Amino acid sequence: MNKILIIIQREYLSRVKKKSFLLLTFLTPIFIAGIYAFMIWMMMKDDTEKRTIGVINESELVSPVESKDFTTFEYLENTSFEEAKKMLDTKGYYAILKVPKNILEEQSAELFSFKQVTIEVKSEVGSQIRNHIETIKRSKIIAEANMPDLEQKLEATKTPISVKTIKFGDDGEIKQSSTEIAMGLGFAMSFIIYMFIFMYGVQVMRGVIEEKSNRIIEVIISSVKPFQLMMGKIVGVAMVGLTQFLMWVILTGAIIVIGSAVFLPGLDASSIQEASSISQLPSTGQAMNQAQLNMMQDVLGTFDMGYIMSILGGFIFFFLAGYLLYSALFAAVGSAVDNETETQQFMLPISLPLVLALYIGMAVAKNPEGSLAFWGSIIPLTSPIVMLVRIPFGVPVWELLLSMGLLVASFIFVTWLAAKIYRTGILMYGKKVSYKEIWKWIRYHR
Amino acid sequence: MAFFEAKNIVKQYAGHTALKGVSISVSEGSIFGLLGPNGAGKTTLIRIINQITGPDSGEVFFNGEPLKPEHVHHIGYLPEERGLYKKMKVGEQSIYLAQLKGMSKQDANEKLQAWFKKFDILEWWDKKVEELSKGMAQKIQFITTILHEPKLLIFDEPFSGFDPINANLLKKEILELRDKGCTIIFSTHNMGSVEEICDHIALIHKSEKILDGSFEDIKKEYRTNTYNISFNGDLEKLKANLSNDIEILEHQASKEFESLKLKLNNGTSSNDLLSQVLPHVELVAFNEIIPSMNDIFIRVIEEKNLSLDFE
Repeated sequence: MNKILIIIQREYLSRVKKKSFLLLTFLTPIFIAGIYAFMIWMMMKDDTEKRTIGVINESELVSPVESKDFTTFEYLENTSFEEAKKMLDTKGYYAILKVPKNILEEQSAELFSFKQVTIEVKSEVGSQIRNHIETIKRSKIIAEANMPDLEQKLEATKTPISVKTIKFGDDGEIKQSSTEIAMGLGFAMSFIIYMFIFMYGVQVMRGVIEEKSNRIIEVIISSVKPFQLMMGKIVGVAMVGLTQFLMWVILTGAIIVIGSAVFLPGLDASSIQEASSISQLPSTGQAMNQAQLNMMQDVLGTFDMGYIMSILGGFIFFFLAGYLLYSALFAAVGSAVDNETETQQFMLPISLPLVLALYIGMAVAKNPEGSLAFWGSIIPLTSPIVMLVRIPFGVPVWELLLSMGLLVASFIFVTWLAAKIYRTGILMYGKKVSYKEIWKWIRYHR
Repeated sequence: MAFFEAKNIVKQYAGHTALKGVSISVSEGSIFGLLGPNGAGKTTLIRIINQITGPDSGEVFFNGEPLKPEHVHHIGYLPEERGLYKKMKVGEQSIYLAQLKGMSKQDANEKLQAWFKKFDILEWWDKKVEELSKGMAQKIQFITTILHEPKLLIFDEPFSGFDPINANLLKKEILELRDKGCTIIFSTHNMGSVEEICDHIALIHKSEKILDGSFEDIKKEYRTNTYNISFNGDLEKLKANLSNDIEILEHQASKEFESLKLKLNNGTSSNDLLSQVLPHVELVAFNEIIPSMNDIFIRVIEEKNLSLDFE
């Protein structure tokens, strides 16, 4: 056991001290925080480009569109369409809006321009004209109906509805949650597992190949048993992966906290959650509208500690178990070949179940209760990823335990198998390897 | 009781028997040469001693006890194909390897400092192995082999890759280790080194041991009763006076004297030879031609091959 610890220490330190590790660990959170900040900035910022649109109004409507914010509408009197078209250049108009004579029947207007008109401009024009016409129609009906207060009564019928999702916590506490976020979280985590298995499992494989090709393996194997070396390597590399992941979480969290304190003072998670309307937020928060506030509340609701903890626990278990399982496979491949090019033939069989798991995961995100979800989260090769997608939606305890148990059992089995291949393979240098050969190695007794 | 013993080791790989019942016995504080052509089975035997692989049958004893996993701490191994982690620093790596052999980190650090001082290579401590030349790396590897002060040392072709100066240094160190009480098993093709340092040898050929004995005994056994004499005088006169039991194998003439390589048959002794030579010529030099290990090696192998052909 002691020797395994020595090996773990060496495998860990030699990788953690590398410049590439430090760079990746520290730059990624900055990058992620940057993207996060950018998204928030995009959310808060409206389109601020100044535009002037020339309007040819052939209808009977008076001022169907009005200048608003950064978009100016200039009504062109007595101008033909051809002349207006020239004005796109001469007057620098962004576009020409033609409101046809029979707009009430045709119910459509046209925007002409050399450039593709943005969605915001298009919908702004559309909604303005619509509101204008609807208001006229309503006023007419109200006037014809001759009912008092009809205007107010109609106004009162407007009922915007938003659906909040609330999950019962284990202690009965009611916390606002978000289905989309839960899905996104589970899926993001499973993708992270996929990435890690490939990034770090491959490192185990490379380490084994390196030891074979520079022949240090002969000396090491005269000091420790092959199994000890394999375990030490797998666990050591796992620690590196965990360290990196933890650093990412901590750094990203720190940057977000510091960043929001600097850029959005007074606006912290609890004040956002408690505010039921915009007016209750400090001034910097006023920039959002109500929809954005609801979304922020949803997001923060999922960041509730208890929820995160339960997901984290599952994540850590499946991360470790899935990684260990695949690392053992990678170790076996590394011991069977002499250099990296020969590993290619084995990469397909190993990556296939993982990629499959990702696809199953996507399907499961839409339907976490079906039989695909069940089998995908039980079968050991796919369960690390698929189960992760299911957890945010809640999984029956017996299914969780079954999956964990199977994963542990298969890990032990695969490690035993890989150790046999490893033991023989590390000494075979220069031999062409095939599945038949490997089968012989497995059956070979010391 | 021998310090190290292997009894009747049999090892088979798929379709090929590497060792067919090989036994060796090594006394403490001696240098044992394990010789043999390529593919004879030497490396397999060495791997079994190092517990890298196990015998199909036969027993191995280390200091009287059957070979156990803990014994690796007392064995040092310098393999024929050797290497180190390229990107790891020299000092750190040596300590790591010593720890895997059961040494404590502190102990390893101290001893390593002493060795580096002795070889005057302290400035290499923090260098990565890839920054060293091949010869330097070999030196480091040698140190890592002996750092944990093993009682049994196994060297497989230790001199390969060393320039003459470093080879000499290595030879000195090996002898020093032997004098301190280390038991050394030493496999090589370099017969010159065998001449210089082996106390005992075994020759393995086609998975079997075909020669085993102390260095002196073997030399004696393979004496060919060949002598070299150099003289000043009349060659023909001498030839006329030599008995028929004295066979002339070779003749060489130089500016200063004549030389003859003679084989003494039928029990003719060296004194007999001298008594036949001295009356007729002025003797300049006289010595027995003792066969080199190289010659013995070739002779034994060829004899064995011949007998195998007849089987």
